[in-house]
Amino acid sequence: MILKTQLFGHNYEFKSIREVMAKANEQKSGDTLAGIGAESAEERIAAKHVLSNLTLNDLRNSPAVPYEEDNVTRIIQDDVNETIFREHKNKTVAEFREWLLDTQTDGEMIKRASRGITSEIVSAVAKLMSNLDLVYGAKKIEITAHCNTTIGKRGTFSSRLQPNNTVDDPKGILASTMEGFSLGCGDAVLGLNPVDDTVESVATILKQFDEFRDKWEIPTQTCVLAHVSTQIEAAKKMNAPIDLVFQSIAGSQKGNEGFGITPEMIEEAREYALREGKARGPNVMYFETGQGSELSSEAHNGWDQLTMEARCYGFAKRYSPFLVNTVVGFIGPEYLYDSKQVTRAGLEDHFMGKLTGISMGCDACYTNHMKTDQNDIENLATLLVAAGCNYIMGVPEGDDCMLMYQCTGYHEAAALREVFGLRPIAEFDRWLEKMGFSENGKLTPLAGDGSVFLRK
Amino acid sequence: MDTKELKALIEDVLSEMNIGEDAASEDTKAAEAEKTSANTADDEAAISDECLEDITKIDVKKQYLVENPVDAEGFMELKQFAPCRIGIGKAGARYKTLPQLMFRAAHSAAQDAVFSDVDQDFVDSLGLFTVQTRCRSKDEYLTRPDLGRRLSEEAVKTIKEKCEMNPQVQIFVSDGLSSAAVAANTEDVLSGLMQGLKAQGVRVGTPFFVKYGRVGAMDEVSELLNADVTCVLIGERPGLITATSMSAYMAYKGTIGMPESNRTVVSNIHSAGTIPAEAGAHLAEVIKIMLDKKISGTELKL
Repeated sequence: MILKTQLFGHNYEFKSIREVMAKANEQKSGDTLAGIGAESAEERIAAKHVLSNLTLNDLRNSPAVPYEEDNVTRIIQDDVNETIFREHKNKTVAEFREWLLDTQTDGEMIKRASRGITSEIVSAVAKLMSNLDLVYGAKKIEITAHCNTTIGKRGTFSSRLQPNNTVDDPKGILASTMEGFSLGCGDAVLGLNPVDDTVESVATILKQFDEFRDKWEIPTQTCVLAHVSTQIEAAKKMNAPIDLVFQSIAGSQKGNEGFGITPEMIEEAREYALREGKARGPNVMYFETGQGSELSSEAHNGWDQLTMEARCYGFAKRYSPFLVNTVVGFIGPEYLYDSKQVTRAGLEDHFMGKLTGISMGCDACYTNHMKTDQNDIENLATLLVAAGCNYIMGVPEGDDCMLMYQCTGYHEAAALREVFGLRPIAEFDRWLEKMGFSENGKLTPLAGDGSVFLRK
Repeated sequence: MDTKELKALIEDVLSEMNIGEDAASEDTKAAEAEKTSANTADDEAAISDECLEDITKIDVKKQYLVENPVDAEGFMELKQFAPCRIGIGKAGARYKTLPQLMFRAAHSAAQDAVFSDVDQDFVDSLGLFTVQTRCRSKDEYLTRPDLGRRLSEEAVKTIKEKCEMNPQVQIFVSDGLSSAAVAANTEDVLSGLMQGLKAQGVRVGTPFFVKYGRVGAMDEVSELLNADVTCVLIGERPGLITATSMSAYMAYKGTIGMPESNRTVVSNIHSAGTIPAEAGAHLAEVIKIMLDKKISGTELKL
């Protein structure tokens, strides 16, 4: 293992794989905040060069948190298929990158390789990818998952309908839901971030969603993004109908403890949803992640935010999720400073999720103290569709009145489908046509009129 | 809102929509007139004295832009419970121009509030002296919250020189994430707060302004001056609803590294939230309770 190199005759020597990994990242304010990022542009490239010559075996032997100390590491390492790992372990990261990009390597071959690598390997190869590499590589990988419908099929592009409300008002949520569906939004999931994380309130909204979906025979899935334990309680005590169970997750045991979860809780929730839930399945979990969340809870163990993010996906994969999305700009400028960093992170996260083998979407978003605006987020959404992203979010005009951030709007998925010649999930597409909201993949004049659902 | 009010509101909106149709026909007439004048006059278009409507004054709740809706009245009734940008119609699969400009206007106010500095003349006019945290620029402030929680060496020196030691209450103002919040609220909140405390016989220290400050900077101030209660009036991260919201964070015997749960906060101080002129008196009451009970944060039941 060589940790030394020269650039322009200058010597660069790194002490550990951890240091190489951190410094090989594209610039992120979060790595600088953690005090581990490259100190110059040249040092960044030196680290990338050293990284490119490490083998996959070197990386497997250097997990971000030791196996004995961390249950996320144990899940990632224990889920590796050893036969497949042996086929790749002597490749350098450079060789693995080129193998992924090679025309002879198709999506099915990559999906097989996914089962033989760890999250540190996924992160390492992402660090050597340019933005277009990330698009090109991810585009090869088709990951589908099935809850009530199948997400991720070639030729489709989906969105989550996110009808958040500042006080969880049922009428307000209904108005927002109707408008979203009328614009072709919501084939991934109808999912609300609740203000009130109580069992009663969560159960009320779950029932409302379920009734609306059944009344209008909408082929999709529903979810209320409360804490996992609240959702299960709502199902057990209040008889709330469950399709997808949601939870925010982190890339280390300590990070997950910060979210109040353990792997056992997630597994129990999954088994409950399969046994008692309403969905056909078999994919009944929904996870959200985001670069920087481990650092913000001091659970990063000195590792870079890209690697910790990759580990979220390794953890998520254990539970065969229907949806996983990074909430890429939500955390603020201390972690992702501007549009350049958010764009990069969005493409990295999507690529890493797909390479891990999970159904990946992205909440392309920003807060008001970042140097980003709606144009930047529309750019990112467009790049993500080019990369084959499974879904994005939809909120009214991209302005989430409850979470106080901006992301993609109800109109965006429809526009992007039209631009790229894509369709919603087939059953949902047929439903939109039946309702008169779309025709041959294009919105009709009726689209955008939520009051259609007020017809007696 | 009761049923009567709601009905009146919906009638308003619906009649405005009809007016919208009239306006459209007037537009056609105007366009025709313009065509005629363009044919007859060869000089450039005359500049009118008229001013366009301020789009930030449009009430989103009353706005309804969907064309030929099935049930406008029914939708408007529900929309009153959704403080978000719905009923906005579309242009193809994109937004209509007006709501797009309204969104951008709201975001522009938020961006200006975050990325511009508080006007120094304004701070001086309030009689506050200014010190800085360890952040050297706005960029550093936004990316290094750790530095925004600590005072610069010079700030420590200046505060020691200019401030009364061991006050019962130490108040300071800080830009935080909104310079616009400081400009809009400080005068009213600060005077109300100072008067309220003095009326109760509380000994208040010398107030000042901290540039590039995070909430946590109050802990160093508290230690430095040995205050019983420290209170910072600080600009909140702007949303698209308002860019001028201010918060007051207070702690009893705050120390560097204390748990966040030791702070008491009164947030949402702005013209459409807790009115600045009333906020000062309310804060004075909260601080008095803290002084009496000698606690703050989650343990303090107000």
